Amino acid sequence: MQTINRTDAPATGTRPGKVRLGIRDVEAFYGQIQALRGVSLDVHEGEIVTLLGSNGAGKSTTLKTISGLVRAQRGEVQLEGESIAKLAAHEIARRGVVHVPEGRRILRGLTVKENLELGAFTVKDNALRRQRLDEVYELFPILHERRHQDGSLLSGGQQQMLAMGRALMHGPSVMLLDEPSMGLAPKLVTEIMRIIKRLNEAGTTILLVEQNARLALRLAHYAYVIENGKIRMQGAAAELRQDESIVKAYLGVGE
Amino acid sequence: MTWYDSFLQQFVDGLVLGSFYALVALGYTMVFGVIKLLNFAHGDLYMTGAFAGFGGLSLVSGFLGAGWLGIFVAMLLAMLAVGCLGVVIERVAYHPMLGAPRLSILITALAVSLGLQNAALAMTGGQYTAFSTDLGFGGFNLGNLFLSYNQIVLVTTAAVLMIALELFVSRTLYGRAMRAVSIDKDMCRMMGINVSAVIAVTFFIGSGLAAAAGTMAGAYYGSIWYFMGFLIGLKAFTAAVIGGIGSITGAMLGGLILGLLESFGTHIPFIGSEWKDVFTFSILILVLVFKPTGLLGKSEVERM
Repeated sequence: MQTINRTDAPATGTRPGKVRLGIRDVEAFYGQIQALRGVSLDVHEGEIVTLLGSNGAGKSTTLKTISGLVRAQRGEVQLEGESIAKLAAHEIARRGVVHVPEGRRILRGLTVKENLELGAFTVKDNALRRQRLDEVYELFPILHERRHQDGSLLSGGQQQMLAMGRALMHGPSVMLLDEPSMGLAPKLVTEIMRIIKRLNEAGTTILLVEQNARLALRLAHYAYVIENGKIRMQGAAAELRQDESIVKAYLGVGE
Repeated sequence: MTWYDSFLQQFVDGLVLGSFYALVALGYTMVFGVIKLLNFAHGDLYMTGAFAGFGGLSLVSGFLGAGWLGIFVAMLLAMLAVGCLGVVIERVAYHPMLGAPRLSILITALAVSLGLQNAALAMTGGQYTAFSTDLGFGGFNLGNLFLSYNQIVLVTTAAVLMIALELFVSRTLYGRAMRAVSIDKDMCRMMGINVSAVIAVTFFIGSGLAAAAGTMAGAYYGSIWYFMGFLIGLKAFTAAVIGGIGSITGAMLGGLILGLLESFGTHIPFIGSEWKDVFTFSILILVLVFKPTGLLGKSEVERM
């Protein structure tokens, strides 16, 4: 098992593409409580990278630190080699880091279409915005069907599609997906995972946080395991997936 | 005059009063929407708007006259000036308090209110200032009903402002962003929306509308003073609550309802007109008993 690197040093293996998003030794706090104790990870161009770990391990905090909702007290966050750690959250989003948060956070009282259009708030070109809207409707026909309904009244699976569609409207350089399968029926989980794969094949770089480790490892190219705010393990997803003891020890029961 | 004519006359008076209430209530409700603050200084922005309009009119009356054209330009100047003042107040007084407990920022709003009132008091010595215009008292009769041109222009201007706002908020992307900010600020940030800028624009529009109402009220009633914002601030707050605080259409509706109630309230048989405020606030209590979220308000149910 040489490919599984048991330190939290940056990976040096043979991953394709350039580093799109890189974070180094990031520490973050919630008040007095330290949530991240030096997290480093890389997301390469065109990859699906998954960040696994149990509840409270620091998965969501890592994503929030990247998107600027939580400040990194120490460490570096870089997008295509440029530091974004000091930028305000909306500026980070404008550079193409789009966060699809846990719980989807659909804007209540706004229609599906309005939610989608706000996803492209920073896109000034009307034609481009319309084109993206068409693309999202093509990818998620149900959203087109429901476009005039209050987005917060959709079912969980449809809300997840809306949240992802809203992120696509933005034209993301990296998409941060936080627990997209949470609370969904198994059939819908499969559907969402299929969509994530399809998005990735169409060129979207994705950092995926999941509690459902087996599922995430099947989808991802590369994986990190976080525990108590530190990366405990990393490696190609295909390798991690095969080691049943690792899956059990670090990732809980899975499916 | 028959009972019916008198009813119509009060209806028209109520519309005028209601237009003022609605314009001021809009600022209350919009600010509450984006930062969940009851901006108790809002009535004083209406007062400041009246003085700014007065100042504006003395600037432009030389070449535009003191008729509706001059007043209209003065109103635009006042909206601009007070809009900017509103943005400055938000930056200086409220923005640093956004992370603080709700009560602290409420007290800050009271301080801003006192500050504005006392600044005006110091400048005018507490005297009424005559807001003289060349508007005259022209109008026409519709049966037994008398409609003054002033009333028509005023209600029309208020309506145009409100329709423009409604269109801005419901049809433009920026207006939608404003609604989105009132729902979920962090989500807005994740979509690249500059939340601070949206809050600033909201204060600009809200304060500008209060200034429009202040200028028109000054021109219509003919005098202004430093304390004129206090009662209308309370009334506009009431209107916003009746309509459902946070709802823009609700604020317009609440303002008009309150204006009409007050107008009818002055003419209830056997009860003196000094009871009109008791009448209006009783209605507020009734609305809150039967519909605690206001007529168009939605309950804030948090989805888990």
